[in-house]
Amino acid sequence: MSVTATPARPGLGARLRAAYDSDLCYHFRHSPVAVLAGAIVALMLFGAIFAPWVAPHDPFDLASLNLMDSFHPPVPLAGSVWTFPLGTDDQGRDVFSAILFGMRISLEVGVAAVLFAMVVGVLIGLLAGYAGGVVDAALMRIADVQLTFPAILVSLLVDGVVGAVLPTDLHRSLQIGILIFAIGISNWPQFARTVRGSTLVERNKEYVMAARVIGVARWRVMLSHILPNVLGPVLIIATLNLGFAIISEATLSFLGVGLPPTEPSLGTLINTGNNFLFSGDWWMTVFPGATLVLMVLAINLLGDWLRDALNPRLR
Amino acid sequence: MASYIGSRLLQAIPVLALIGLLSFALFAYVGDPVTIMLGQDYTDAQRIALVHTLGLDRPFYIQYLRFLWAALHGNFGNSYRIAEPVSTLIAQRAPATLELALTGTFISVLIGIPMGVITGIWPRAAFSRVFMVISLIGVSLPVFLTGILLILLFSVVLGWLPSFGRGSVVHIGAWWTTGLLTVSGLKSLILPATTLALFQMTLIVRLVRAEMLEVLRTDYIKFARARGLKTRAINFGHALKNTLVPVITIIGLQLGGLVAFTLVTETVFQWPGLGLLFVQSVAVADIPVMSAYLMMVGVVFVTINLIVDLLYFAVDPRLRVRRSGGGR
Repeated sequence: MSVTATPARPGLGARLRAAYDSDLCYHFRHSPVAVLAGAIVALMLFGAIFAPWVAPHDPFDLASLNLMDSFHPPVPLAGSVWTFPLGTDDQGRDVFSAILFGMRISLEVGVAAVLFAMVVGVLIGLLAGYAGGVVDAALMRIADVQLTFPAILVSLLVDGVVGAVLPTDLHRSLQIGILIFAIGISNWPQFARTVRGSTLVERNKEYVMAARVIGVARWRVMLSHILPNVLGPVLIIATLNLGFAIISEATLSFLGVGLPPTEPSLGTLINTGNNFLFSGDWWMTVFPGATLVLMVLAINLLGDWLRDALNPRLR
Repeated sequence: MASYIGSRLLQAIPVLALIGLLSFALFAYVGDPVTIMLGQDYTDAQRIALVHTLGLDRPFYIQYLRFLWAALHGNFGNSYRIAEPVSTLIAQRAPATLELALTGTFISVLIGIPMGVITGIWPRAAFSRVFMVISLIGVSLPVFLTGILLILLFSVVLGWLPSFGRGSVVHIGAWWTTGLLTVSGLKSLILPATTLALFQMTLIVRLVRAEMLEVLRTDYIKFARARGLKTRAINFGHALKNTLVPVITIIGLQLGGLVAFTLVTETVFQWPGLGLLFVQSVAVADIPVMSAYLMMVGVVFVTINLIVDLLYFAVDPRLRVRRSGGGR
């Protein structure tokens, strides 16, 4: 690429060039595993976001479903049809399209749950680290107790309690929100602990002292001075947690307390397919399952790579 | 030592009280037992009488204390779903879960620790790399999917092993049942125990490997080599012993996760244990069972953490020296 003529205002090309030359991108390009994982994640994101346009069939359009099309096996097998490359389920739904829409919902719940855990965790961590004393001790004690309880158990309890309190209809319509809350609430302590640790270091540095001396309000010191400096590790934890959140959602949906079959995530698809496992219709379980594993594996590999790349000691 | 155990016990009490409060709150405020017990037709007088008999008109703390007192005696009320005492249900289901969890942990430790040591000693060898890739896939594979795939392979395709239930069981004593003494019981145990073991195993392998790599770099290992000790003596006598503290911690903490994974495994294999009972109860909001399960899991966690803390003393002499030295 040529050098841009007006260095005062770098154009889009120059900025892309700068990003391409950055340390992080250099490490990315030189790690085949990261490139492969990144490509898989990008492809899946594309398929998930544009599912309504990419998918050959609309699994939610009841009018397009035909029971005559049910139980087609995937393509090279006898009885398969080219219009349904990965076969069809008991309702005649295209498994490939269902997977695309399922990924969309799985990613949606996963990302939202991690964001929720991140916001709660970062705020609590900042508060604990900056306030110290009793507040710190109490918050970290709660985090300890929360950490001993496995996420699945917490999510099941939250779901069970909400199910008992709310009427069934309302419960159904709020299901995605409940899932996001349940998975998110069991993941905040990790964020809180890390942020608290870095906040303890940052709060005694000179720039924080300076801000306090000139009379900046406490919440502003926390949010606009300390926060940007403790976010690095948060990004890594968020990536690693995303895989975990997606698995949690799939597990809950499999246990039957997650998303209903009318709004299937990958976990719901596996659960539905599981009912037909013994009649030999394996494709309804195996393909969504493989997609789930591939997705989580790629995200975990990216997270691992990010952790190593951002840690200068390992370079 | 005694003061250490004492302080650990004292720390456990607020945690238990908190869990007790949570399960009481569940019990007392979620759902309405009075309406459920009265059925369709009742008069106001009947309702007030029942509220009085159940003690629901007493102050909050009295109700809480009565709940704790009853819980200490193993009385958690009746299940809404099955209309049997919760304590009976739990006693019936506990042996199945304990057998499954212990067998799974046993398998994972038996295979996981040697694999971790081997991949730690020869980190660049081909089989170590292959194993690390497999374990990474293992971490990304949800427990329920492992179970389904095992069922697909060994029950549906090959037809070697049963896919659900416990097989036939033998009664020992008043309430213990075991599947370990019959052929069908053992066959039924293989798939769920393997499912449970695989996930723990991947974690144990990665952990032991990381610790081995760390320990093998230290000076005392170099010194042991300089003294001309056999490699095997160094690896297993010196190095492995020092990797065990974090490994025990994680295995202990994993036992918490094990409760969750047992729950999932039991659902996949329709294993008649506590986890399946809990999942079925959540589906219909059977609050007494949920609150009893929560309480029980809390007690188990606290006990396990206590045992893990005590195990440190057995494994790491440095802790003993430091403690007694500080006490003098």
